[in-house]
Amino acid sequence: MSQPLIELINITFTYPGAPQPVFQDFNFELLPGNHLGLVGPNGSGKTTMLHLIMGLLRPQAGTIRIFGEEVKKEKDFVQVRQKVGLLFQNADDQLFCPTVIEDVAFGPLNLGKPPAEAIRIARKTMEKLGLAGFEDRVTYKLSGGEKRLVSLATVLAMEPQLLLLDEPTTGLDEATRHRLIHILQDLDIAYMIVSHEHDFLHHTVQECCHVHKHCCQSASNSSGRE
Amino acid sequence: MSAIQESFSEGASLAHRLDPRGKIVVAALFSILVAVTKNYAVAVAGLVLASVYLALARLPLKRVVVRLLVVNSFIFFLWLVLPFTYPGEAVWRFGPLTASRQGLIYAGLITIKSNAIIIALIALVATVPIVTLGQAMHNLRLPDKLCHLLLFTYRYIYVFEQEYRRLVQAMKIRGFRPRTNLHTYRSYAYLAAMLLVRSFDRAERVFQAMLCRGFHGTFYSLKSFSWQRRDRIFLGASLLALLVLLCLEWARPILL
Repeated sequence: MSQPLIELINITFTYPGAPQPVFQDFNFELLPGNHLGLVGPNGSGKTTMLHLIMGLLRPQAGTIRIFGEEVKKEKDFVQVRQKVGLLFQNADDQLFCPTVIEDVAFGPLNLGKPPAEAIRIARKTMEKLGLAGFEDRVTYKLSGGEKRLVSLATVLAMEPQLLLLDEPTTGLDEATRHRLIHILQDLDIAYMIVSHEHDFLHHTVQECCHVHKHCCQSASNSSGRE
Repeated sequence: MSAIQESFSEGASLAHRLDPRGKIVVAALFSILVAVTKNYAVAVAGLVLASVYLALARLPLKRVVVRLLVVNSFIFFLWLVLPFTYPGEAVWRFGPLTASRQGLIYAGLITIKSNAIIIALIALVATVPIVTLGQAMHNLRLPDKLCHLLLFTYRYIYVFEQEYRRLVQAMKIRGFRPRTNLHTYRSYAYLAAMLLVRSFDRAERVFQAMLCRGFHGTFYSLKSFSWQRRDRIFLGASLLALLVLLCLEWARPILL
């Protein structure tokens, strides 16, 4: 049996000032190659879970292991963020550079790649997502669907080993949704998707989990991909 | 659709094609020199030099005039106040008010100086798209914080404008009409506060998204500028002209 990519062990997390904890002795693991859907009502902690994995939030108790290594401090999470990509709910939060190519090259540059190499990676990633020709487009003038795909390109340009997607289909039209499904089906890395759309999950993941306060419970396999 | 536009940055004139770094340096030196002078000759020469830059930029004159009118509407208030408050020899009386000659001269000087600087900035800085401006500033080794502040303000000002419009629409469809009463003031205060809170939250999320992509405090620029012959000529000629202004400053007696 191979080592889990992510292990959350006895995690307790409460937002500052909140009366109730989001997670209490919460346990979860993700195995390599898994394509998992996270479902659950609003406020059940789906986004919180992703942010805990990325180290954007810190649990009050419990252990987080990523790729088998325990992560605790900011320094550990810096390593995690080079291997795990997170696609944010709102593309406007993710795209901050003036032009598309700069935004996609931002991650590779942070990884220490020289500019020419960063541009090459950015172009290759954009081509793969069908975004060739978008290089000099201004990010804030893109349509909602284009913003979403460019955001995905900015994450994939870092060549992550694991991808976390937070409600990737919000506000997408049918055509862009189909493009996204095809892109995800072609990916050869593990990913987790937070979504409320069962139809979308049906096409993209093998298994769905309900996020609860204490654990992630496998949902009925009717929504999973065969 | 958007109300924020950079109409002056589009164009193919000589001033548009010059390297932005040279233009920033010249505009900065020019502004400092003209701003500190107390000499009419320097101010007028500055205005002439600024007009030359404006001619190089070939901007639609009508829009330049509109923009200058906005600036001069502020200066108009100076004319209302300065002549009557500046001590000096009386030239004109209006009831209890006395206008001084020195006050009038001073107001005139400020008017010429302001217009010279604004015209130069329109011709040299407004002809650079904001994004390029930020990158050029970075390239000139200006403080990173300053460049990032400019670029981020530019990037998110549209988002906030949209957010503001959404909030205003939400108010309108529930029958809000601005009046002179407490309800109106309170609603506007809520609107401003809501924008502030949202921008704070957004800043947080943008920063998180940047952290997730390995951001560790430094930006890397992909942009490269090319310094050409025309830039050398522009910088050389401008420095020469500024030197002439500087000589005027020393040579002529100060008027005030």
